[in-house]
Amino acid sequence: MDIKVTGPEPTEAEKKAVDAVLGSAESAWAGGKRDLEREGRISLLGGNRARSMRDQLLPAFHAVQERFGWIPPGAFNYICKRLTVPPAEAYGVATFFHLFSMEHRPPTEVHVCEDIACRIKGSGALCENLEKKYEGSQSVGVRKSPCLGLCESAPAALILRSGESDPSGNGFGGGAIGEATPEKIQASLDSGKYSDQNWEWLTHAVPQMGESQLRLLSRIGSVDPASVEDYHIQGGFEGLAKAFAIGPAATIAEVIASGLMGRGGAAFPTGKKWEAVAQAKGDTKYVVCNADESEPGTFKDRVIMEGDPLSLIEGILIAALATGAKKGFIYIRGEYPLAIARVRSAIDAVRAAGIIGENIQGTGLSFDIEIRKGAGAYICGEETALFNSIEGKRGEPRNKPPFPVHVGLFNKPTVINNVETLANIPWILRMGGAAYSAIGTGNSKGQKLFCVSGHVKKPGVYETPFGITLRELITLAGGTSGSAPIKAVLLGGAAGAFVGPEHLDVPLTFEGTRAIGATLGSGVVMVFDQTTDLGDILVRIAAFFRDESCGQCVPCRVGAIRQEELIARLRRGEPNGSAADEVALLGEIAQVMRDASICGLGHTASGAIQSALRLFGNDVVVGARS
Amino acid sequence: MFGAGGGTNSYGEVEKTDVILLWGSNARETHPIFFHHVLKGVHNGARLFAIDPRRTSSARWADSWLGLDVGTDIVVSNAVAREIIAAGLHDRDFIAHATTGFREFAESVESFTLEYAERESGVPAQAIREMAHAYATAKRAIICWTLGITEHHNAVDNVTSLINLALLTGHVGKYGSGLNPLRGQNNVQGGGDMGALPDRLPGFQHVEVDAFREKFNRKWNATVPPKRGWNLTGMFHAMETGELKTLYVIGENPLQSEADRNRTESLLKSLDFLVVQDIYLTPTGELADVVLPAGAGWCESEGTVTNSERRVQRVRKAKEPPAGALDDIEILFELAKRLGHDWGKPCSKDIWDELRSLSPVHSGITYERLDTGHGLQWPCWDEAHPGEMYLHSRLWEKPLNGPPVSFTPVAHDPPVEPLTPEFPLRLTTGRRLDDYNTGVQTSGFSSPLRRGETLDLCPEDARSLGVRDGEIVRVISRRGAIEAPVRATQSLRPGLAFMTFHFQDKVNTNILTIDETDPKAGTAEFKACAIRVERLGS
Repeated sequence: MDIKVTGPEPTEAEKKAVDAVLGSAESAWAGGKRDLEREGRISLLGGNRARSMRDQLLPAFHAVQERFGWIPPGAFNYICKRLTVPPAEAYGVATFFHLFSMEHRPPTEVHVCEDIACRIKGSGALCENLEKKYEGSQSVGVRKSPCLGLCESAPAALILRSGESDPSGNGFGGGAIGEATPEKIQASLDSGKYSDQNWEWLTHAVPQMGESQLRLLSRIGSVDPASVEDYHIQGGFEGLAKAFAIGPAATIAEVIASGLMGRGGAAFPTGKKWEAVAQAKGDTKYVVCNADESEPGTFKDRVIMEGDPLSLIEGILIAALATGAKKGFIYIRGEYPLAIARVRSAIDAVRAAGIIGENIQGTGLSFDIEIRKGAGAYICGEETALFNSIEGKRGEPRNKPPFPVHVGLFNKPTVINNVETLANIPWILRMGGAAYSAIGTGNSKGQKLFCVSGHVKKPGVYETPFGITLRELITLAGGTSGSAPIKAVLLGGAAGAFVGPEHLDVPLTFEGTRAIGATLGSGVVMVFDQTTDLGDILVRIAAFFRDESCGQCVPCRVGAIRQEELIARLRRGEPNGSAADEVALLGEIAQVMRDASICGLGHTASGAIQSALRLFGNDVVVGARS
Repeated sequence: MFGAGGGTNSYGEVEKTDVILLWGSNARETHPIFFHHVLKGVHNGARLFAIDPRRTSSARWADSWLGLDVGTDIVVSNAVAREIIAAGLHDRDFIAHATTGFREFAESVESFTLEYAERESGVPAQAIREMAHAYATAKRAIICWTLGITEHHNAVDNVTSLINLALLTGHVGKYGSGLNPLRGQNNVQGGGDMGALPDRLPGFQHVEVDAFREKFNRKWNATVPPKRGWNLTGMFHAMETGELKTLYVIGENPLQSEADRNRTESLLKSLDFLVVQDIYLTPTGELADVVLPAGAGWCESEGTVTNSERRVQRVRKAKEPPAGALDDIEILFELAKRLGHDWGKPCSKDIWDELRSLSPVHSGITYERLDTGHGLQWPCWDEAHPGEMYLHSRLWEKPLNGPPVSFTPVAHDPPVEPLTPEFPLRLTTGRRLDDYNTGVQTSGFSSPLRRGETLDLCPEDARSLGVRDGEIVRVISRRGAIEAPVRATQSLRPGLAFMTFHFQDKVNTNILTIDETDPKAGTAEFKACAIRVERLGS
């Protein structure tokens, strides 16, 4: 490609940071040294090969961001040359993601969660406090962040540090702070130690830890996440061994028989997806694990990756075996440094043990897994946006059809499953599909992880068979944290719906929640008691979708802004015309976004707000301030 | 070699082919519309090879670039042929079925070993070998070329050597395989089709074939002279010998576009009578005795144009030419009337229908059909014929339909002007994206990309000459000297310099170029002359 790069040349340090990911430049045209002996008459790097490296764009940006805290123009230019990506396109990609900055930022940044679960636990005040404290600081910046997936430890913060090497020596640039206070944050900044490095961290996240009925969470807290041997002793790889023994077709049959539905929110039958990929034409197929867990209120996938990453890897291996894929990707959101580190160690361990790689254990099969790190974009949890992100493009969803099973990552047939879905797979193979499908109700088979947060005594990830009611689950989580009765429960996250106390006996199944006009979504159960200002929550939800709409579809891009403005006007008590007119207009916008957006974000951006208006009437927006 | 001049494939085929050889062409800049089709091919997975002394913006899209020395194209193409034969990758069935002269050809390339080619052209043997194998083993393969092949003193040999490659591998006469010279204007093809060639009547009917001439004589009720005329080079030669005294130039600016400007100028000035018909008053027009202002072809004229894929398309008059200017056919009709031949009222459709009655390849292309579709490709034999997407499919018909095609051995013949200690740099000329030829049609518009004329050198040469980027230097050839600013670019290598001829009013590049022409086609060797560069004041 004949790209034109103008502006600053990279410094040696900038080159070094990029070369650490990409290797040194082989061609003068890609930012290397001009060597006429080698390159005067031929192109060392050209054509399809030069253009095929674009998927390294995000890894290169990450490397520079982690080194300098932002992407300096010289480094940016160097990356464009190295990867043969036109600067205008690369700029479009870099500015798409919250965690990349094209402007100078302090080397250390404290990201304070401002989303729902943290909001009701005082994150607003925490943030104000920190902003005041670090105002004008050259070394520490404070940023508000969408949900960090730490809802059980609200209010939460995430520290991301840049520099030549991580001062904590942990191999990842930062960590999470649970139940954050300015003092705790300062202590972490000083020591380079974070809450998520404490041994209690997972205990806190999994209140049921050690209980015998657990499957998906059974090893968490007792298994060394990076030890293949440990995992093996605790029943690991039994599912994989079974899959090897029975072969791909029978493996898919077991998964179909299990009735497993995707746990990411869309609830598509997993076995059917695998079958389609297995039958798709072509030698190149991929398995992608969607670990871009960004739905506000969701943190179950994080807990699996931090506590039992090998179960996820086993699920991926079985999927690959069943569908004939030779390469897997795990796309983990950039806000999960601990999960990324744990999964990386686990992959290193299975590679060292010869479980992945070339010619695995003499079977003639080859398979490898690569981690790709997100960079702060909710939309990349949408499967096709996630593909684009891996491919080094803006994370904008694609039109469907074609579906990923036919045209997925790099336009090849692709299995894409959520972390929790894949963690179920070893169990299905161990138990057999029929036994698995005996658990649960109607269409909802197996065990489910629920992310319980908000006004409960023991927030955390809970695992139960499908069929538990909302009331039972809240009781399991210790009941409400205060004396005030429950006002509402948000099911499914920001993209879900509020339900009132009259629905506490709804069974938490796909069909049960659908019957009351709600959704199970990603398993979010966020409890609000009567002291909650729901209007403030709605303001935040509206702001969240305005921020996260990718902007591709006009109804969503404009609708999300108008929705936020309308909520703000109602909140201020300054409607244009009557409040009823404004609410009617909100309804119309919701309708247009649902009808005319290509992906789930536009379809669901109005759902929670509309459900709150239905439940509590127009005054809910004005809330406690009236 | 095949009888008619035209690209054998359609644009769409280059999108579906497997291997594209872009030879002596910077299509990215000089044929940007065609290059879109190339890019579609590339995105569909075609392997692109660029054979060009410079690593141009087109070459940067290529999977492989072969940076040969200027004027060594035949060395490389013959070496490709030899390698294909040596590796047994030639299409024996096709050669036996549709060609003659293979044995002589094979013998003629025998000495062009990869090692010899590397020594003579500078391209690593391995790169040539890879291209040979890729081209020969591809299911479909297309060769495209432009002026890097034809602006040489041995232009026809260069083209012939590429045709030999297609015959050797059977990459011609099939969907997605063929040979395509890229045309420099929307209607260069149409000009040739209409008989604006010294030896051809419309429809490529040779003027020295009695039967063809008879047909035209009858239709026109006049006598067509039974011998070929001069090509452009021949005309200038005839001016020199005094045979040519009167010149009528339509839509050309030879003063600035011909090699060796000083000679061109003195010859044009020596004419008894010079008429120039153009849309602007060009520098050639300024020398003219009579200037005939013409309407702009694309909006002030009625008729057709024919593009590189032989597609005839309608052009419609959107506005009247400005006062005093006329559509070209109106000027010609008026001229005929003043010369005593009243052709009536000019009507483009009548003229087209006359062409259809005389040129068999155009017979089926009616204005009505052109109005309803997206144009039609010749040959189109009758009104039911859909037009040919690609040419020479007859070569695959069994039994062979028509005469076989012959291989034509060609020898390497280096540029006329050798490099010497006095003139050590090879200057090659070409065009850039934002300007067109001598600028008649483009210099009136601003462009954010235009940077004016520069002498492009590689950074190493600029350093050894001690010149800075932007510094104005004197560029000297055996024919003259000009001044131009230096621009260092890594697309060149030591010993190779590049200039365009877009800005002749300011920098007269063609003062430097050499007027050595191909004996058959008459094209001048714009691509290779020898220069030296001096700092001003030295």
